[in-house]
Amino acid sequence: MPDLEARRVIELGYGGNERLVMNMGPQHPSAHGVFRMILTLEGETIAALDSVIGYLHRCHEKLGETLTYAQYPSIASKTDYVAAMTSELTYVMAAERIGKIEVPKRAQYLRVLVAELQRIASHCLWLGTWCLDMGGALGGGATVFLYCFRERELVLDLFEALTGARLLYGFHQVGGTRYDLPEGWAQRCRDTVALIDRRLDEYEDMLESNTPFLIRSQGVGVVSRELAQEVGIAGPLLRGSGVDFDIRRDDPYSSYGDFDFKIPVETGGDCYARYRVRMQEFRESIRIVRQVLDGLPEGPISSKPALKSVGQVRIPKGETYARVEGPRGEVGCYLIADGGPKPYRMKWRGASFSNLAILPHIVPGHKVADVVAIMGSVDPVFGEVDR
Amino acid sequence: MTPDRAISLIQERFGLQAAGEGRSLTVEQLPVERWEEFFGFAKDTLGCRFFSFLTAVDWKEQGLEVVCRVENLDAGVGILAKCRLGADPRCPTLTRLYRGADWMERECYDMFGVRFDGHPDLRRILLAQDWEGHPLRKDYAVDTPHAPYR
Repeated sequence: MPDLEARRVIELGYGGNERLVMNMGPQHPSAHGVFRMILTLEGETIAALDSVIGYLHRCHEKLGETLTYAQYPSIASKTDYVAAMTSELTYVMAAERIGKIEVPKRAQYLRVLVAELQRIASHCLWLGTWCLDMGGALGGGATVFLYCFRERELVLDLFEALTGARLLYGFHQVGGTRYDLPEGWAQRCRDTVALIDRRLDEYEDMLESNTPFLIRSQGVGVVSRELAQEVGIAGPLLRGSGVDFDIRRDDPYSSYGDFDFKIPVETGGDCYARYRVRMQEFRESIRIVRQVLDGLPEGPISSKPALKSVGQVRIPKGETYARVEGPRGEVGCYLIADGGPKPYRMKWRGASFSNLAILPHIVPGHKVADVVAIMGSVDPVFGEVDR
Repeated sequence: MTPDRAISLIQERFGLQAAGEGRSLTVEQLPVERWEEFFGFAKDTLGCRFFSFLTAVDWKEQGLEVVCRVENLDAGVGILAKCRLGADPRCPTLTRLYRGADWMERECYDMFGVRFDGHPDLRRILLAQDWEGHPLRKDYAVDTPHAPYR
């Protein structure tokens, strides 16, 4: 008997109770930014996770109180910098709702157009980096990553032609949009989405017949319906857990009611379900882009005169919570206006912040390698987590 | 659950008039002692299982106000509740009801210094642990000097 006991200790380490604390990050490549995880391991299995965030904190909420309604929209794009169009839109929507400012129909359509193109670009970035993180297992390292970036570049080219910028646009302003479509842009956009539509089939063929990909994503990081709602995760994560909710359909803004699109829902709750939701969202976004281009009304793009000074836009006293279905879920802006040119208080509900809060609940019990797969499927952008 | 039904249930139980803006209801001036009770009621009776966000507002001399939003996703009814805190900003935690309140309350503590009684792990989340002051309070100037980052 004593021999057996001794062997057990050698094999399992102190009776199987040896715990090792391992640091991961803040500069880990899978963090897609700066994020530190302090993992407590039992062998290869994670027993607990403590997350450290805030490395990119710029206190956007304080900045929002010091900048005017005309200045802040272009700063808002720096919260979620890979989906800048949605964060700008959230802020200007909140201001417009309090001020009861009409937005011309053409501007509303343009907002939908750029929001959906942004979703395509953002999902390309997600798919590429997620597959890069799991690279070794996919037997080709950077293949999917480079394919996705190739397509994302095309969308960024469109944005560059539209706004002059590739990442942080300053496209929206209170009352409408700042730029109208240049000549020939609509046709170029149609060609781009047609190309991406074809390439999506390629990605799906490449990934869904790849056994290592399936092993690493199916049944990994399962989020139950209950947990998903309690933590407040949103967007593709929520829909991947079987909750049929999308702000574009359930609380429509900016003329989303005019378009016909489906809300993909998967019930698996694992990384694979989240992957499936996003792949279907790609196609729905392409459908919406086409419908916008078909039905784009003529008319002005802003109900406000051109800006002459930064303090020109004044919003009456009031408060509201405006939200937008961004690529990562519910991006919300809780705004309190006091009648002046600046808000009294502004709160960002960063979709990534709430989504990332799911990690401590789903990571324990998985192996270290799965952390990377789960992180990637959550798709956090740290500019929005830390704000 | 419809917004009207929710308004009458809140009136019945808490004696507060919820103001409606579409399907989004706002409940003002909730007493701090009934904060946790209110959200337990919102979760179980009104079916608001989705935790949206929690934050605070600094109303200068009138003190801090905690704001929290939860939602019933199936019925599309959202409830934004507010409660004023006294000179010593303390508030009961919602972490026992919503796991999402964990990080949001930590952020609120970090930015406003609101202490959430019963929170399992109330420490700063975005700022460094040795940061002094709470930046989103109105008396914290934007140009407050701070030690250089090490």
